[in-house]
Amino acid sequence: MKLKQLEGLLGGLQQFSNAKVELEQYPTGPHIASRMLFTAENSFGDISSKVVADFGCGCGTLGAAAALLGAEHVIGIDIDSQSLEIASLNAEDLELDINLIQCDVKNLGWRGQTVDTVVMNPPFGTRKKGADMEFLSVALKIASQAVYSLHKTSTRDHIKRAALRDFNASSAEVLCELRFDVPQLYKFHKKKEVDIAVDLWRFVPKVNQGKGD
Amino acid sequence: MRLLTHNMLSSNIKGVSNGFPLRIEVEKVVEKQVDLNADFLRNMFPKIEWKAFVDAAKTIGYAELLEEVDSFALESEEFLNKFHHALLELHLEEGALVCPETGRRFPVSKGIPNMLLHEDEV
Repeated sequence: MKLKQLEGLLGGLQQFSNAKVELEQYPTGPHIASRMLFTAENSFGDISSKVVADFGCGCGTLGAAAALLGAEHVIGIDIDSQSLEIASLNAEDLELDINLIQCDVKNLGWRGQTVDTVVMNPPFGTRKKGADMEFLSVALKIASQAVYSLHKTSTRDHIKRAALRDFNASSAEVLCELRFDVPQLYKFHKKKEVDIAVDLWRFVPKVNQGKGD
Repeated sequence: MRLLTHNMLSSNIKGVSNGFPLRIEVEKVVEKQVDLNADFLRNMFPKIEWKAFVDAAKTIGYAELLEEVDSFALESEEFLNKFHHALLELHLEEGALVCPETGRRFPVSKGIPNMLLHEDEV
């Protein structure tokens, strides 16, 4: 599938109807989502025929992109039932098979590193400090191959240090810097649209011996 | 929810030492056909907790899998077909997942298990 085609399909997906500020729900736009997954597949072979989990999947954009690029099994995890309902409709519209789980990612119970790749656009931790780090910590425990994630560029050094020192990463690399358009979803947003710089990261987890915990 | 997801998910209630495998309560199972990918199945096989998988398949009404298999089985087309069907084509649509230690029920509705924990379970 071509990048433009992927972006076009993702552009047709439904997004949040009333975003919840406490969950930092910002839709992952089709431009960023398509580039993120396209890179994961074409530069690293981390998507096609793999088991892919989308953490904080929201309306399921990243998970749908993974399925469109040939992931064999896609799991979308989110705390919010309304988002999951939309994700479910989006998957149906594109005739994709995506397993959804309602769960707070930080409390996820999982049997070892049985997922190949985790993709996520975590809450940036602006409203709830450290939320993105909780996601990253869990992602690196259940992935065996790679974790793709977006984090604010301003936190780059912190992310790298934490991933390598405190979490389970053997490498942490910024693949590119992107502009993330945050549309005026919430009342506290004064400007119509703000542009924030985010990094697209690829983390490689250390693989623990044996299966299970 | 596919049995592949069930084979990875566990109960994470505070104090539970082994939350895997979650017991399944069935109200409705649906079947959705997908293309068989033999390489995927061969890669996945060593990561599957086989006994939990066979038991889960039986619970949702599919008893064609043997309790004991070794990797030679992956050469057999008949085996791959059954493995594929149970792993990826059968979905628990309505029912519940039950914590093996505490008996706490996690309802499954429209194929989505609700694994949210109560405050005192975190």
